[in-house]
Amino acid sequence: MSERMAGETAQPAGGDVQLADPEFLVPLRRQMIKFATLQLKDPDLAEDAVQEALAGALKNQRSFGGRSALKTWVFGILKYKIADALRQRSRTVTASSLGDDEDEGETFAALFDARGHWHLDARPTGWHEPEGSLRETQFWRVFEACLEGLPERQARVFMMREFVGLDAEEICNALALSRTNLNVMLHRARLRLRACLETHWFVEGVR
Amino acid sequence: MPNCRESTRLMSEARERGLTAVERVALRMHLLMCSACRNFGKQLHFLGAAMRVYVPGENGDGNDANSDATPAPPDTDLKTGG
Repeated sequence: MSERMAGETAQPAGGDVQLADPEFLVPLRRQMIKFATLQLKDPDLAEDAVQEALAGALKNQRSFGGRSALKTWVFGILKYKIADALRQRSRTVTASSLGDDEDEGETFAALFDARGHWHLDARPTGWHEPEGSLRETQFWRVFEACLEGLPERQARVFMMREFVGLDAEEICNALALSRTNLNVMLHRARLRLRACLETHWFVEGVR
Repeated sequence: MPNCRESTRLMSEARERGLTAVERVALRMHLLMCSACRNFGKQLHFLGAAMRVYVPGENGDGNDANSDATPAPPDTDLKTGG
């Protein structure tokens, strides 16, 4: 599963990846828009955040040895823009009580028995050197598929918390969520993501 | 003493808030006896670490096929335009 898209991976001779290079910028921008839209739920706000992030990145352009480092940096800027947008919006948001979007207790019932103990086949097993996986492209493919498999609102709050880096209170304000509700959603998202990685990576062992 | 579901809830919430002393003791007691929940705790930590270095789309899905770990092939003849 290590196929490459010929022609799309070319880097300029001499090393550095240029942000302004359309072959790099166009897919990057598309990924940024996708992520910003998922977080902000507003195409215009998402467009603005991406535009600002890219403008800031172009203005303060630094030299990066590889596309991965450059993407990480640009997404870092985008996270700040999204966090700002979410914080600002929290003052204007209407009480649109956004709750969890899974059936009542579905995750819990799948993982725990009536007494709250793990079902036998759901018990977390030990993962062998998980940190090593972070260097594998295939791991990130599985990881992203697992993230995208979460119910949409769970994915959104989980990303706000662990990727954008907002704290619980900021998320509750931005989404007019109760703290209890947020806690439940994060708990479920973590349970599901963990289970998905175990099933599709650490046990199934694509490695 | 908390059950597994309750213990995973506490471990999840501990990422957003400090647990109370009572919660910490109860959780520790459970973890002493439950290897599955100990695994869960480590994996929760790993999820957070992975999210910190996650870059959306950086997974060889065709848009942007490779990370630095797999450099581009030397012949770039297939490249069009530019």
